[in-house]
Amino acid sequence: MRKILVCLKRVVDYNVRVRIKEDGSGVITDGLKMSINPFDEIALEEALRIRERGEAEEVVVVSVGGDEWQQQLRTGLAMGADRAIHVDLQNVALEPLGLSKALLALVARETPELVLLGKQAIDGDNNQVGQMLAALWQRPQATFASKLVLQDGWAHVTREVDAGLESIRVELPAVITTDLRLNEPRYVKLPDILKAKRKPLERIAVADLADPVEAQFRTVRTEAPPTRSGGTKVSDAVALAAALKQRGVV
Amino acid sequence: MPKVLLLAEHDGKSLNANVAKCVTCATLLQPDAIDIAVFADGGGSVAAEAAMLAGVDRVLLLDSESNRAPLAAIIAPQLAALAGAYTHVFGASSTFGKDVIPRTAALLDVGQLSDLMAVEGPYRFKRPIYAGNAIETVEADPKRILAATVRTASYAAIDRSDRAAPIEVTSLAIEPPRHTRFDKLEAGARDRPDLQTASRVVAGGRGVGSAEGFEIVTRLADLLGAAVGASRAAVDSGFVPNDFQVGQTGKIIAPELYIALGISGAIQHLTGIKDAGTIVAVNNDPEAPIFEIADIGLVGDLFEVVPALIDALKN
Repeated sequence: MRKILVCLKRVVDYNVRVRIKEDGSGVITDGLKMSINPFDEIALEEALRIRERGEAEEVVVVSVGGDEWQQQLRTGLAMGADRAIHVDLQNVALEPLGLSKALLALVARETPELVLLGKQAIDGDNNQVGQMLAALWQRPQATFASKLVLQDGWAHVTREVDAGLESIRVELPAVITTDLRLNEPRYVKLPDILKAKRKPLERIAVADLADPVEAQFRTVRTEAPPTRSGGTKVSDAVALAAALKQRGVV
Repeated sequence: MPKVLLLAEHDGKSLNANVAKCVTCATLLQPDAIDIAVFADGGGSVAAEAAMLAGVDRVLLLDSESNRAPLAAIIAPQLAALAGAYTHVFGASSTFGKDVIPRTAALLDVGQLSDLMAVEGPYRFKRPIYAGNAIETVEADPKRILAATVRTASYAAIDRSDRAAPIEVTSLAIEPPRHTRFDKLEAGARDRPDLQTASRVVAGGRGVGSAEGFEIVTRLADLLGAAVGASRAAVDSGFVPNDFQVGQTGKIIAPELYIALGISGAIQHLTGIKDAGTIVAVNNDPEAPIFEIADIGLVGDLFEVVPALIDALKN
């Protein structure tokens, strides 16, 4: 195939625990380490492996966000993507549907055979964009991919579903969202970071790409989850059995 | 007034237990109607089960050969076609619901709320973000259809009714797309209770040490009639298959009793169990984070504790 498009989201690094603003207006992200959404990183790794097997010619990474998102695009280029597109949000906030429409406009321009992205971002945990993009594009989707084989214009995908492993086939072009066990992303080496600085990074204003989408949702409050506090410790198995019986749970 | 259309999940024979929990969530909107849509091939028994759930007004049965496999590309256009008559379209926050509902929402040109964990009004909900480390209260525009997935661990199953709701067999003139084909489902072992609906779960983590070591987890589970779960570390180490995984990236569960053996308690794991009734932790590391939320903790070697616990429970 000619081209794979990989969507990268900039999120608070998965090792960092976020704190909530005291006035309940959101989470504190200032000064925190930011990274590529781990599921998107897996998507990029898979795209690179497909290209390295000679099954794709070009891997393009795309982000829809503010200027600072170019850091994650540069990381994607350092991992091995051929070029990057930064869709500049210019302080416009997009819900997943609006984001999917912006990506659709980009897909129409780039005409990839495959769009790869994470099953969800670890900040909003929405798990929507891949499915919405596939619907708007009127193309198939394969979500929660844990194995991907390309053959004769079809993608054979093993999906991690609640009941076990489901195998489906989707005709390309298609959208595939990645699960945790699809692969283990490579580490970026210093020479690759330097090389990435010379790779093309195009900037497009979101307004030039898609019509604005009216917001449907308003977050009125963000709060900490109710905490469970630890209970008692018991000294041995006999005491544990007694405690379980006393609670009436066995 | 709200009218809710609920996507039924099933395996072709019986209704998934998460549907009764979604109905509970839907009733909290105080809607005029709750209808359940069953997409199946020979789904009569599934529809009959759905019709017995309290609060359900109608079951729409869409029976066709192309509805045999649970493919979003085939189901979403039909669900979207039905949804025009409703204010809300809900599905469970399972891998099935997460696959179908966003595709349906986009076809309707509406947004979606994922993982509804509390209902504060027909257009006001709470949902978790950042792996459950923060909770958002979100208001949705009442002028648009609201698509949503329901975090089923947050709701009890609705009771069975003594009177069946009517089942309407219908079909839609929608050509199923040919670009998506189902090949097979490799289901995990089914000789013990289902992890997502079991009232008791015994789970093992890295501390179990090996696939062979997991035998001690299953022995305790067998004694308790419990389902078996695992942490991500245990799955990544190859002790058990992927579908055993409990946590943010695995299954979110709410059993009455959860026993964690050799699980340290990473945040993403705790997110998956925090709605459990009683949490028990056995771990040889007294500093393990799991003890911060466990109702009953025991610091010790699980290979000594569990056999002794089995003996003590038998007596």
